[in-house]
Amino acid sequence: MSNPRPDGITPSQTVGPYFKYGLTPNGEYEWNDAFTSNLLTPDASGERIRVEGIVYDGDGAVIPDCMLEIWQADSQGRFSDPQDARALPNSSFKGFGRCGTDKSGFYSFDTIKPGVVPDADGKPQAPHILLAVFARGMLLHLYTRIYFDDEAGNAGDAVLALVPADRRATLIARRKAGAGNVYTFDVHLQGDNETVFFDV
Amino acid sequence: MTLIYPVTSNSVHPARLSPAYRSALKRSPQKPLIPMRHTLSELTGPAYGHETVRAHDNDLTIQAKGEPLGERIIVHGHVRDEDGRGVPNTLVELWQANACGRYIHVVDQHPAPLDPNFTGAGRTQSDDKGYYKFITIKPGAYPWGNHDNAWRPAHIHFSVFGHSFVSRLVTQMYFPGDPLFPFDPIFNSVTDEKARARMISSFDLENTQPEWALCYRFDIVLRGRNATPMETK
Repeated sequence: MSNPRPDGITPSQTVGPYFKYGLTPNGEYEWNDAFTSNLLTPDASGERIRVEGIVYDGDGAVIPDCMLEIWQADSQGRFSDPQDARALPNSSFKGFGRCGTDKSGFYSFDTIKPGVVPDADGKPQAPHILLAVFARGMLLHLYTRIYFDDEAGNAGDAVLALVPADRRATLIARRKAGAGNVYTFDVHLQGDNETVFFDV
Repeated sequence: MTLIYPVTSNSVHPARLSPAYRSALKRSPQKPLIPMRHTLSELTGPAYGHETVRAHDNDLTIQAKGEPLGERIIVHGHVRDEDGRGVPNTLVELWQANACGRYIHVVDQHPAPLDPNFTGAGRTQSDDKGYYKFITIKPGAYPWGNHDNAWRPAHIHFSVFGHSFVSRLVTQMYFPGDPLFPFDPIFNSVTDEKARARMISSFDLENTQPEWALCYRFDIVLRGRNATPMETK
């Protein structure tokens, strides 16, 4: 028997201040983590990178009770999801990570630099990572994208092109000088440097 | 079957800046969000996570040496997409306060007792038809500093994934008939009454276990509908 069509989706509510022991215990609470901030697998090919940053509110204060989730392709631009009908990755790299900010509002992910994924018209997108931001005070999470400052493809990326030029820099992670493969990507929920978020 | 995720379905969600919820004031963007067409990045999602689900992670009453205090309840329901199809094998996580309205989180300073036999965290995956089930303790209401004499209605936090990164949902399940509903800015941040009602579980006598536990049913509807529906009206 088929189900009646629902009237609508279930509304979102804030993750609140107390999610840590359930969603990001990370050794501080007894519960085991379903996901961590380390996406690396021994068999994953590609450049190993770290993406790190600080999450700020509209007063420029750091947000110590934020949860970030990322979703990305592997180094060859393939998603670990059968809905990506092109070809499944040949490694155990999953492409999903979760991290809670610490007292300084700081987060970091260890991952692989993603490859090229087609856009809605089938043209190549610049390498990017999807980022979802959850926190107390946020009734609905926000979506943004992390691009990389050393990718020539940024210039032709159809999504970046939608963003006013003077705000585009908020989407670009900067490779840290002298720090190997570390990129900095801060998130500003509000204010002059407000990160660009997408209505997806 | 290819699923699509029309952004119009998001209209049931709270406005990000709901002024009655004070914490939202500095944590809501003021510039417009940028609309964009979904690409493969948005249309795929983490279809896994279950390797970390252990056999009894959905029973919050047997995680410690002894049984937690409070009213034992069964919470179950159906995770569906917008067409009503079950969402199979998807990760469902929950966390909640104990029977006294106290979380084990170190930041929670509500002067109510912790229960050494209750953590308040659980997870499961929906079955091959999209059904999930937890056994837990009915959480208590608790005070918070949002406004004078502010109390949150009893609730259980839910985190669900669905078929794509844009079907991701974090919400709260409420209990029917809670007298605190009219006063709670988080609950009322959802302005449509029918949509608010979808966050309230229903008492389920049929699945209440005699001599053991009351049952509540909480169905969850995630974004995602067939790109080529049979009906075209």
